[in-house]
Amino acid sequence: MASSRLGPAAAAGDGEAGYEIASQRQLIWRKFRRHRVAVFSFYLLLVLYALAILAEFCSPYGAFERHRGYLFAPPTKLHFIDQERRFHLRPFVYKVTNELDMETFQRKYAEDTSESYSLRLFVRGESYKLLGVFKTDLHLFGVEAPGVFFPAGTDALGRDLFSRMLFGARTSLFVGLLGLAFGFVLGLFFGGLSGYYGGGVDTLIQRLIEFLQSLPTLPLWMALAALVPARWSPIQVYFGISLVLATIGWTGLARVVRGKLISLREEDYILAAKLSGVRERAIITRHLLPGFTSYLIVHLTLAVPSMILGETALSFLGLGIRPPAVSLGTLLQEAQNIQTVTLNPWMLIPGGLVVIIVLAFNFLGDGLRDAADPYKHV
Amino acid sequence: MLSYFIRRMFYMVIVLALVSAVSFYIVNLPPGSWIESYALELLAEGGEIADQAELDYLTQRYGLDKPLHIQYLRWIGPILTRGDFGQSFEWQQPVWNLIRERLMLTMIISGASILFIYAVSIPIALYSATRQYSIGDYVFSFMGLIGLATPNFLLALVFMIVMLKVFGVSPGGLFSPEYLRESWSLAKFWDMVKHLPVPVIVVGTAGTAELIRILRGLLLDELEKQYVKTARAKGVSEWRLIIKYPFRMALNPVLSTIGNLLPAIVSGSAIVSVVLGLPTTGPLLLRSLIAQDTYAASSMLMMLGVLTVLGIFISDLLLMWLDPRIRYERAN
Repeated sequence: MASSRLGPAAAAGDGEAGYEIASQRQLIWRKFRRHRVAVFSFYLLLVLYALAILAEFCSPYGAFERHRGYLFAPPTKLHFIDQERRFHLRPFVYKVTNELDMETFQRKYAEDTSESYSLRLFVRGESYKLLGVFKTDLHLFGVEAPGVFFPAGTDALGRDLFSRMLFGARTSLFVGLLGLAFGFVLGLFFGGLSGYYGGGVDTLIQRLIEFLQSLPTLPLWMALAALVPARWSPIQVYFGISLVLATIGWTGLARVVRGKLISLREEDYILAAKLSGVRERAIITRHLLPGFTSYLIVHLTLAVPSMILGETALSFLGLGIRPPAVSLGTLLQEAQNIQTVTLNPWMLIPGGLVVIIVLAFNFLGDGLRDAADPYKHV
Repeated sequence: MLSYFIRRMFYMVIVLALVSAVSFYIVNLPPGSWIESYALELLAEGGEIADQAELDYLTQRYGLDKPLHIQYLRWIGPILTRGDFGQSFEWQQPVWNLIRERLMLTMIISGASILFIYAVSIPIALYSATRQYSIGDYVFSFMGLIGLATPNFLLALVFMIVMLKVFGVSPGGLFSPEYLRESWSLAKFWDMVKHLPVPVIVVGTAGTAELIRILRGLLLDELEKQYVKTARAKGVSEWRLIIKYPFRMALNPVLSTIGNLLPAIVSGSAIVSVVLGLPTTGPLLLRSLIAQDTYAASSMLMMLGVLTVLGIFISDLLLMWLDPRIRYERAN
């Protein structure tokens, strides 16, 4: 039994310490690593955040770069095998042509197999400033002009949807974190007050939380988002929306903090600390907080998806992030028209990315929760 | 029991008062008023500059020059005394006429969604818990995760496309065109029932997924307990055993989740209605928020809050009636 618990962690050389003398942190890490899906989600999210931060570099085109001849172009097909049935290790695309169907006034796209462009790394394209500092025009991948490569098609203005998705993911991924940061401060503050002092303060705060939780979230968010003035800059809107999301988001966290504090408050070691004259601040920060940090992290992880979904929904309704700023929600807003989507189904691809992000956060949170529970042996 | 009821009633009245104040306050927070957007609109449309005297008259008539708390009292007073929700600026008709039917449809969709959630999630949870780690269990768990992760407006869009491409019908709206302007009749009601499944499934998916998760966990905990083993040892048949004890134990938390479920469903139906073009409060709320149609927006926001709070209140009473332990807990 003991050896099986030690097995993978010890084999991986994760410190010499055995199960019995491993620190809490090591134990959590070991248990977490056994949750394959959670670990995978963790790395997936890391990659997504990296892609989003480096969106200018990782996307083949700029977020506002328009390809006038390619309005509503479907995703470009990547080929490995050419007309002569020869295999190419380096994938390539054919030249994309289109003509206007005079009956339906729809553009019909076709491949012109006479010209092909192979996919290359580090292609020169639109110039930008990487991380706002380094001026360059290198893009991670793409094809040489005049060839075009749209991994997820283009929108009504001929902008590459894949590139815009990366820029949109940047907004949506970080709006969740920012909202969470606001919510975290509020939740910790109110939950802490409520749990540590109890009594009248507790009742008041709990009633407030119940009140906020009994309101239908989205209509409330809609009303609050309508507050964000129209002339605000994108950055201000961004902060505004994350604040709006945080107004409801903190309540769940406050409950967790309160519940944990109440149960910890009764522990003997707290009483001992009090009797030995430890100051209140030290009791809270040295003795109480470490007791539930892991729960906080779990809760925060599980709270991100609802923030992201909230932002997407608000932007979709036109109340959140506003064009020209790009978020996954504004990208989906362009898919709101049923005719547009039926004719150009790839406009829904950003929605798929939302689902993947939310799933990954959920799996990660589940894995962390199992790992953080000291009484659960996997 | 009576004292709990009275206390709960009292608390609810306070919450309702708060709901109304918060609704009115939030809607009135943005700078500017409907009068200003109205003047701008006139300017944009016909290029004519709005008559200042008319604007002043409108401002005065609606009391828009008064401080906010006076405006609030002028709004809530008639609602409480006469059930008069005031005039919608934009639509130039009483707010109540505008929202009455929409509120009812919101309630119908929410109610139907809750029924759908219970009807689907309880059997699935029973199946998943009694056959843990079976293929069916994994399939349902996976579908549940997807259901939780998909924003419901996306689900609505996908539904629309599938309906249009596969069946060739557009699932938008709640009524067929011929019933749109009709007054209520049995035929119109039946027409609505036929349109209900798509919105109800879309709105209910996330809730279903969540409830399956909760119920499955509770049942699994309960099935481990000693009394279940005892009953099994005594030879009670498996289904009878599950239905009679663990299932009933697990059912109470399910009822009490209505407190979380209801706000989520009302939220969901708002955005789904915008996508599917349903004549519920969602789309109208969106419009009136953007147009700063104060009375209409705050009335709708308040009524949605009121309906949710009432729903939670009723579910609390139901729970108390179902589970005798709750009464004792409160009495202490």
